[in-house]
Amino acid sequence: MADPIHQFKIDELFPVVKIAGQQIHFTNSAFYMALAVVLTAALMLGPTAGRRLVPTRMQSIAEMSYEFIANTIRSTTGEQGLKFFPLVFSLFMFILISNVIGLIPFAFTVSSHIIVTASLALLVFFTVIIYGFWKNGLGFLRLFVPRGIPIYILPLIVLIELLSFLSRPISHSVRLFANMLAGHITLKLVASFVTMIGAFGVFGWLGATLPLAFTVALTALELLVACLQAYVFTILTCIYLNDAIHPGH
Amino acid sequence: MDPLAAKFLGAGLACIGMGGAAIGVATIFGQFLAGALRNPSAAPGQTTTLYLGFALSEAFGIFSLLIALLLLFVL
Repeated sequence: MADPIHQFKIDELFPVVKIAGQQIHFTNSAFYMALAVVLTAALMLGPTAGRRLVPTRMQSIAEMSYEFIANTIRSTTGEQGLKFFPLVFSLFMFILISNVIGLIPFAFTVSSHIIVTASLALLVFFTVIIYGFWKNGLGFLRLFVPRGIPIYILPLIVLIELLSFLSRPISHSVRLFANMLAGHITLKLVASFVTMIGAFGVFGWLGATLPLAFTVALTALELLVACLQAYVFTILTCIYLNDAIHPGH
Repeated sequence: MDPLAAKFLGAGLACIGMGGAAIGVATIFGQFLAGALRNPSAAPGQTTTLYLGFALSEAFGIFSLLIALLLLFVL
């Protein structure tokens, strides 16, 4: 059976620069990240350049995704959150496009690597901390002290709040990474059943239709998960940013 | 115990956690359906919340599957 982990292998395409004796390569991961950025930019800049009053189809896609994220931010953080629109929108489009590219057979899924999702989650985490302290000063620490809690259990609550705040980047990044990893491994495993059963001749081909149909259904589910996880990452970003903007409970 | 056997046993045990995610996802869709049948006009407005809850609780099943996969293929 083919190794289902093999699809996540990072290949070095060509060397770029040497830093402190360490050769930095342009990898297939970097290539697909650049592709996601280029596709996002092409989708956002190309069709909207004409600024037609009656939008073309591509312009509607760009405008709808803009409105969708703007509404998400408005409903979770209020109007003040809109200054984070560029961050949230870039995160959403990058994750969405790289997830969907990853569904193409033989393509590399950028978000199936913990280092990529952890970088994005830590970016959000530090943005929340820095903006929270910059805007609220030490009042940001009210985030850890909920109101209306009896004084004798307050230390315990503060500890729990602090732990849950610190574990946010972990759950934030692992959620996206694990969904992509597990989804692609499951697809690969089920797809390898097709060839395994198909090796038994004519009756094998009949039997192989079952995992083949299951693969098609799983691909549809994975498309849903790819879009959904991009949205979940975005909405969690908005919820965390809301803590920095309105730290009181 | 043979370390390889322990590895496979651990991977199998980790997958029990997916049962919890199954209960969670079933609860979300069941409760949504119950609410949607009572007040069908309010249901379309809650579909994003529905999918958000689905994705959040599904993720915990994926976490336990991840532990199993790590045990099988990485460690």
